[in-house]
Amino acid sequence: MNLDSKIPEGPLSEKWTNYKASQKLVNPANKRKIDIIVVGTGLAGASAAASLGALGFNVDIFCIQDSPRRAHSIAAQGGINAAKNYQNDGDSVERLFRDTIKGGDYRAREANVYRLAEVSGNIIDQCVAQGVPFARDYGGLLDNRSFGGAQVSRTFYARGQTGQQLLLGAYGALSREIARGSVRLHERREMMELVVVDGRARGIIVRNLVTGALERYAAHAVVVATGGYGNIYYLSTNAMNSNGSAAWVCHKRGAAFANPCYVQIHPTCIPVHGDYQSKLTLMSESLRNDGRIWVPKKKEDAEAIRAHKLKPTDIAEQDRDYYLERRYPAFGNLVPRDVASRAAKERCDAGYGVGPTGLAVYLDFADAIRRLGRDVVEQKYGNLFQMYQKIVDTDPYQEPMMIYPAVHYTMGGLWVDYELQTTIPGLFAAGEANFSDHGANRLGASALMQGLADGYFVLPYTMQNYLADQIYQGKISPDAPEFEQAEQQVRQRIDSLFNIGRNASETHSVDHFHKSLGKIMWEYVGMARNTESLTTAMQRVKELENQFWNQVYIPGTADEFNPELEKAYRLADYFELARLIITDAQHREESCGGHFRTEHQTDDGETQRDDEHFMYVAAWEYHGHDNPETMTKEELNYQHIKIAKRNYK
Amino acid sequence: MKFTLHIWRQENARAKGRFETYHVDNISAECSFLEMLDILNEQLVNDRIAHPVCFDNDCREGICGMCGLYINGRPHGNDDGTTTCQLHMRHFNDGDEIWIEPWRAKPFPVIRDLVVDRTAFDKIIQAGGYISTTTGGVPDANTIPIAKHTADQSMDAAACIGCGACVAACKNASAMLFVGAKVSHLNLLPQGRVEALDRVRNMVIKMDELGFGSCTNTYACEAECPKQIKRQNISRLNRQWIGQMFGRDRKK
Repeated sequence: MNLDSKIPEGPLSEKWTNYKASQKLVNPANKRKIDIIVVGTGLAGASAAASLGALGFNVDIFCIQDSPRRAHSIAAQGGINAAKNYQNDGDSVERLFRDTIKGGDYRAREANVYRLAEVSGNIIDQCVAQGVPFARDYGGLLDNRSFGGAQVSRTFYARGQTGQQLLLGAYGALSREIARGSVRLHERREMMELVVVDGRARGIIVRNLVTGALERYAAHAVVVATGGYGNIYYLSTNAMNSNGSAAWVCHKRGAAFANPCYVQIHPTCIPVHGDYQSKLTLMSESLRNDGRIWVPKKKEDAEAIRAHKLKPTDIAEQDRDYYLERRYPAFGNLVPRDVASRAAKERCDAGYGVGPTGLAVYLDFADAIRRLGRDVVEQKYGNLFQMYQKIVDTDPYQEPMMIYPAVHYTMGGLWVDYELQTTIPGLFAAGEANFSDHGANRLGASALMQGLADGYFVLPYTMQNYLADQIYQGKISPDAPEFEQAEQQVRQRIDSLFNIGRNASETHSVDHFHKSLGKIMWEYVGMARNTESLTTAMQRVKELENQFWNQVYIPGTADEFNPELEKAYRLADYFELARLIITDAQHREESCGGHFRTEHQTDDGETQRDDEHFMYVAAWEYHGHDNPETMTKEELNYQHIKIAKRNYK
Repeated sequence: MKFTLHIWRQENARAKGRFETYHVDNISAECSFLEMLDILNEQLVNDRIAHPVCFDNDCREGICGMCGLYINGRPHGNDDGTTTCQLHMRHFNDGDEIWIEPWRAKPFPVIRDLVVDRTAFDKIIQAGGYISTTTGGVPDANTIPIAKHTADQSMDAAACIGCGACVAACKNASAMLFVGAKVSHLNLLPQGRVEALDRVRNMVIKMDELGFGSCTNTYACEAECPKQIKRQNISRLNRQWIGQMFGRDRKK
């Protein structure tokens, strides 16, 4: 496979300016003749569709929920980064760029990240113009907080509901375009297949989730903004319907999939409490601004707490181990997520964990409440505290929160070039669905930034460079044989899934298989991986996949509202994706960011990169269900930044 | 814990619905309401008694607004300030009978079982629930100072998750709290004032056109709102509705 990242010439800080100055454009009269499909209505999809519609293109947008406002971007809590330097604390585009590259453990593409930092400020301006009610100080100007991996305050926020407010801003802009007629909304539709005609992405097949009907949509270009695949672990902070299938069908049609093993495990989530549990709830990273993380210094204290003989408030100050502050004095509780997660696991594995299962650490606000007063803490984090209390039934103002790491985000995704175009011409990927900006670990408050950067400020430019050549094409017809064939394939796959349970003697529900897959992935391909665990994982996933294709039972029919079918269809793809994650993790014989191979660590338990052999993006190519994927390297050339050991001490 | 569940079953929009009774046992008090329904569905799939109960849900952390069940006569159940997904079984007693229904309001037709069609809310937003901007060409964010108090009030209203509990709770199926919250969120801000009067007019007319009822000030909406959106937003909407009758530029 030939990977051309299409990075523009010139010094790093001028690349984007040069690109915009020399790219091809589509004139206003021709824009009306060009159709674009956008799949997904999260920050990336909604902002892309709204911007493209406003430019004059004909846009069709699709979401699986009943409304575009429900996409999972809505659940982002803490904030969005931007290099505004409103605090005068030394921030700049250059610093945000450096922090992001370092945070990603030197595995992201320089040019993309620099562009992200460059447009970050425009995002804040755009959102304020849309009426996003960001937090303000008493002078009426915008307020900031700090997030992990940064020594400046550059995170803009709207209480603990930043994602919601940004999404409502993008949803508003999208709604305006829908009202103007430039964008048509198709809700409760799931993308089932990508249609490729003469090597170019020309349309999609979707399933109407209410009627079960398969529908065809044709266009000059397709944007996939369908989020990540964290739900492969079953228990994650993702929404129940978040899934990797749209991206995966693109991969099966020829789009390279990059760095699938880079999965982010977020350090501050409410711990698992039972088998029936359906998802994990995140407690925002912003809490680490004021909360201090600790476990007891003495094992016997930890044991007593687990046995309910002691309460955390009984442990004296000198008997507490604030292990992040101890290990990483420079960044303290605000180290990046992968570092904080591994440190929590290390303490719990060593026997110092708290909570009924011993798999939890404390996030304590007693100091902050003493220092700032309860009112201030409530103003800053009130809704998060309330959410914690609803779920756990203890009062975090009185007793420290209990937290443990959980799967949160996937840095890997569809391989894209500088224009966010995949290896299939005309197919673009935005937001979490692509791999581009976060390297091996994403910094907090950067997902919202990337989603909106892609949708508002990158795709509206780069897609035109592709579409300028498409004006001679005329309307794309959904009656082409490729559409017929793709629809048939979907129909056959649905039929084969239904047939399994009808003929088998022993059957299980979809959730049964999904939970089993999640357990395998968490145990063997989670926070720590090694040759042995990955071999086991591969074997077990294959066994389970085989069992799934012989024993899954889906009630009802394909021609009705049938959530069990939706889940089964997505899970079938997850099995293939799981094998790819494991293959990628096996081949990457180094530790970097969220990918921690226990064989490759320093004496003090930090990640040990191998820049000589692994400073590249691994882009995988699909060759059929039973064949191994092949990998092509995109070497990362750092011309601007000086490579260093990632040190937060 | 064990429960007897009376659940509204309806195959599709045209079918006639009915209550069916199911039993669940061994439910942990820490289990969420939707997880309890997951357990029931797992039983129904394994025993092949009936099609699993369909209900909308997604984020399961109280923010996406997708879930919404009428539980024992109250939208989102008996705990105040809570969405259905954040309701836990510890709020029920062992052995309770629980009645579970979909939102009942003419503008929200049933799709299947407990799933309803809420696209009417999107249509109201499309009528004016936004500030008209295009991407780019906007001023620097800090050139528009906004008093903290105002920004906070706007944020209070913007916290609406669009779940539809206010409509379901209202005997008239009125959407005034939903519309009032969106109008307040935008019209309180200087950026939103430019279109304020048109916004009020267009959204209210669209709301009426879609078949939502009138407000008779019983405030069941406020009592049942999982995000505790205040009824003052309805007052503000009413004031601005009157304002637009006199203040709008009629030449448009």
